[in-house]
Amino acid sequence: MPKAKVNGVEVEFEPGMTVLQVAELAGEEIPRFCYHERLSIAGNCRMCLVEVKPGPPKPQASCALPAAENQEIFTASPMVKKGREGVLEFLLINHPLDCPICDQGGECDLQDETLGYGRDDSRYHENKRAVEEKYMGPLVKTVMTRCIQCTRCVRYVTEIAGVPEIGMISRGEDAEITTYLEKAINSEMTGNVVDLCPVGALTHKPWAFNYRPWELKKTETVDVMDAVGANIRVDARGAEVMRVLPRVNEAINEEWIDDKTRYAVDGLMRQRLDQPYIRKNKKLVPATWGEAFDAIAAKVKKSSPDRLGVIAGDLQDAESMKAALDLFTALGSANVDCRQDGSVLGAGPRESWLFNTTIAGLEQADAIMLIGTNPRLEAPLVNARLRKHWLATGVRIGVCGDNADLNFSYHHIGAGAASLQKVFDDHAKIAAQKPAFIVGSGVLAREDGEAILNMIGQGAAKFGLVKDGWNGFNVLHTAASRVGGLDMGFVPGKGGLTAKAMVKKGALDVLFLLGADEIDTADSDAFVVYLGTHGDNGAHKADVILPGAAYTEKAGIYVNMEGRVQLANRAIFPKGEAREDWAILRALSDRLGATLPYDSLTALRRKLIADHPTFGQVDYAPGSQPAALDLGKLGKKGKVSDAPFTSPVSDFYQTNPIARASVTMAECSALAASLRAQPVAAE
Amino acid sequence: MSVRRLAKEQPASWDFAPDTLEKANWWIAKYPAERKQSAVIPILWLIQKQDGWVSEPAIRKLAQMLEMPVIRVLEVVTFYTMFQLEPVGSAALIQVCGTTPCALRGANALMDLCAAKIGPKDHLSADGLFTWQEVECLGACVNAPMAQINDYYYEDLTPETLGQIIDDFKAGKSPKPGSYAGRHTSEPAGGALTLTDPSLYDGSRAKKLKNIPNAPEPA
Repeated sequence: MPKAKVNGVEVEFEPGMTVLQVAELAGEEIPRFCYHERLSIAGNCRMCLVEVKPGPPKPQASCALPAAENQEIFTASPMVKKGREGVLEFLLINHPLDCPICDQGGECDLQDETLGYGRDDSRYHENKRAVEEKYMGPLVKTVMTRCIQCTRCVRYVTEIAGVPEIGMISRGEDAEITTYLEKAINSEMTGNVVDLCPVGALTHKPWAFNYRPWELKKTETVDVMDAVGANIRVDARGAEVMRVLPRVNEAINEEWIDDKTRYAVDGLMRQRLDQPYIRKNKKLVPATWGEAFDAIAAKVKKSSPDRLGVIAGDLQDAESMKAALDLFTALGSANVDCRQDGSVLGAGPRESWLFNTTIAGLEQADAIMLIGTNPRLEAPLVNARLRKHWLATGVRIGVCGDNADLNFSYHHIGAGAASLQKVFDDHAKIAAQKPAFIVGSGVLAREDGEAILNMIGQGAAKFGLVKDGWNGFNVLHTAASRVGGLDMGFVPGKGGLTAKAMVKKGALDVLFLLGADEIDTADSDAFVVYLGTHGDNGAHKADVILPGAAYTEKAGIYVNMEGRVQLANRAIFPKGEAREDWAILRALSDRLGATLPYDSLTALRRKLIADHPTFGQVDYAPGSQPAALDLGKLGKKGKVSDAPFTSPVSDFYQTNPIARASVTMAECSALAASLRAQPVAAE
Repeated sequence: MSVRRLAKEQPASWDFAPDTLEKANWWIAKYPAERKQSAVIPILWLIQKQDGWVSEPAIRKLAQMLEMPVIRVLEVVTFYTMFQLEPVGSAALIQVCGTTPCALRGANALMDLCAAKIGPKDHLSADGLFTWQEVECLGACVNAPMAQINDYYYEDLTPETLGQIIDDFKAGKSPKPGSYAGRHTSEPAGGALTLTDPSLYDGSRAKKLKNIPNAPEPA
C-alpha cells in the first residue's frame, strides 16, 4: 500500500483515496462544507484546504485531490490556517449573522467551523445579499439567504433520493438553490436534505422554532414505521418527542431515514388514549384500570376458551406479543394471530419469512426481481439501497406488479401471476450467480397467497436462489412487529382462527386487539378489547380501551424484516394513566386467573429468549446462514388467480395510527395525492 | 448582472418549428445516444433563434426531448446570460457594451439614450419593438463604444448615430453594421498609418532564400 506523511506522521492508505481521507486516517480533522462521504465530490466550498508537497505552492482542496505515494500533507501549517480563515471570511460575507433566530443554531457546521478555524472578527462593511425564500414542500423550510452553495442538497436528491428536482440556478453572487418553479420535492426521503445542510438554509418546517438542540434529551432507539427497523435518535423535551434523527447503521439505513419515520412524531401528541374507557350505553366513558379489568374478566369468564381471540398490531414490541401469546395460551385459546393483513407466512422454517439477503447484502445480488411490491412506498430505505446498487453496478432488476416510478430503471415483466409464471417457464435458468427475489407482503396476503408462495418458491428453486453462502429469497414486510410475531409463533394454533376469521360475525365472544388498527372489525359482534395508543380504527369499535405505550414510551424488542433483533429504548413516559403494554397484560392476567410468570421486563425477556432463542441474538441478522430453506416446499399448490399484484401500501404517509394522527403526515398525504391525480406536466 | 428569473407571462404551450427541429436533431445526432443532453446548449440557442427568447414551456419541451431533468435545463438557461428569459423587441435587441474601454469612450451616454428612447433596460419597450441591455465586454474594444444589435456589431457609436440606427430599425430598415466613424474595420481613425507602401506586402521586395533557417542538417 502506498504511504504518505501527514504532518510528519507516516500513514498507509488504499490507492484511490483522496488527501482528505488520508488526513482522516492519520487522525487529523479537516473542516468541510460541501464534501460528504456518501455523495459525489463537488469541491466547491474550498474549506478543506491543505498544503501538499510535492505540489504547487498554494493551498489545495483536499477533498478532490487524489493522494499520491510519498506525498507530504500539512493540515496545520500557516498557509493552511490563513487559507481557512480566508475561505470562512468569504463565506461569511453573504451569510447573515442571525444565529439567535436560526433553527440550526447550536448544531451548525458553519458556526462550529467559524469558531474553530475562523478569524476573530469581520472586515466586511458593505451590504449583504438577500435571497428570496423558496417553497420545497411541507417538510423543508428554506431561509435561502443563509445558503453557502455547497450543493449537498442538489447531489443528495439527484444521487440518493433519485428525484433530480433541486438545482442551482444563475451563477456567481446570484446563484440560488431551488426546485423547478418551486414545486414540492416528490420524494419519501426529503428530510435528509435538512440533515445534510451544513447551515440553516434548509430546516425542518414542521419543527420550526420549536426547540434548541441543547435542550433535548437524546435517546437512541429504533423506528417502527416500517419493517426496516431504521436506527434513530429520539430527541425529547419533557413529555414531548420533539424530533427524530437518523443514527448511522451501515447494515440497515446507512445514515438516512424516510419522512414518515422522521416527521410522524407529532402524531404521538394527538388522539392519544391516556386513560381506560368502557363502553356504556354505546358511549365510551372514562373508567379506572380496575373497572376496565373487571369488565374484561366478566366477559372472559363467561365465554369458552375457543371463543376468545387476540390479534396483534403492526407496531407491537415483542415483549407485549409474548405476554399476550402466553396469556391466551394459558386461557386455552388457539385463536392468536399477528397477521392483520391475512398473510400466509408463519408456517415452515424461519427463512421463509425473512429478508434473507439482508438489506446491505442486496448490494451483492446480480439480478433482482420485485414481485408485487413497491419498495418506494413500503420501505423507502430498501428502495434507496436498490437505487444505490443499481447506480453503482447497473444491476438487472425486474418488476412484476405495479409499473410504478421506483427511482431506478427496471424491466417490467407484467402485472400478475401469469406473467411471472411465463418468466419461470421461459427460462431454464438465469445467468446470475446471486439472484434475489423480493416478494411483497401484499402478494402473500391474497386469497390465493399459499398458491402464489408455492409458485414463487418453485421458480426460485429453479433459478437457484438458495445455494451455499447465498439465500436470495426475500420477503418485504411492512409491519415492524411482523417478523417478531412470526418468530415467536404468534399464529393460530391447532384449530385456531386466523385474524380474518376472528373478525367475522359470530366468530368470537371476546376479541382482544393488541394495537391492531389495520383490520376491519366492522362485522365482528364480539366484545372488543383494544390495547393501544391512539383513538384510531381499533379503538372506535372497542368496548373496553386499555391505554398502552407508543414505541417512544417503552423499552422493547423489535425484529426487522431481516430477522435482526434490535432493542428500542424509552425516550419519554407513557401518557396519563397509560402503562407499558406487557405490564397491562401482566396485570390483566392476574384478574383472569392465569397469572403470567414474570414480574419484570427482564424476566419476560428471559422467558422470551428461553422459548425462542433467536430473540437473544441482538443486532444480528442471519443472512444466508444457514442456507436451509427448501424453496420447493413453500406454500401449497393451488389455483392462482391472475388479478394484478398490488402493493399493500397505497398511501405511504398514512399506514399506522401514529402517522394518521400526525398533521404533518396528513399534509404530505394530501400533497402526494394531488401529485398522483395530476402528473407533473414536465414528465 | 442581476438575478435572473423566468418571465412572469409565459405561453401556454410551445413547440419546435420544423426547421428548428431538423437542426436540433442534427445536433443530437452528433452525440452518443446516452449522452444526448450534451446538445442542450446548441438547441437552446436554436430555440432562442426561433422565438428570440427561451420560454418556460420550451425548457420543459427540451428537457423531455433530451431526457434530462428539467431543473438541469433551467440551470443552464439561467447560468448563461446570453439566453434571454423574456420576450425581446421584434425590431431589435440592442446590447450595449458597458465594460471599461467602452465606458471610457462614452458608453454611458449610449445607455442614457437607450433609456430615453426605449425605456428601462432588460425589458421590452412599450411598443414591443425594442429591448436594450447592458452587457459585458464583446471584444471590440478598438471600436469602442459599441453595441451588438441582433446578430451584428455597430461600432464607434455616438448618441447621434445610435439614435439614427434605432430610428432606422423602427422604420423597418436594416442599418449597415460596422464602424460609424467612417473607418474600415479597426483601422486607425483617419486612415492607415502603417503598411502605406504597397511594396511592403505586394511581393516586389521579396528575395530568394539562400537557406531555410532552422532547417535540419542535411544527412
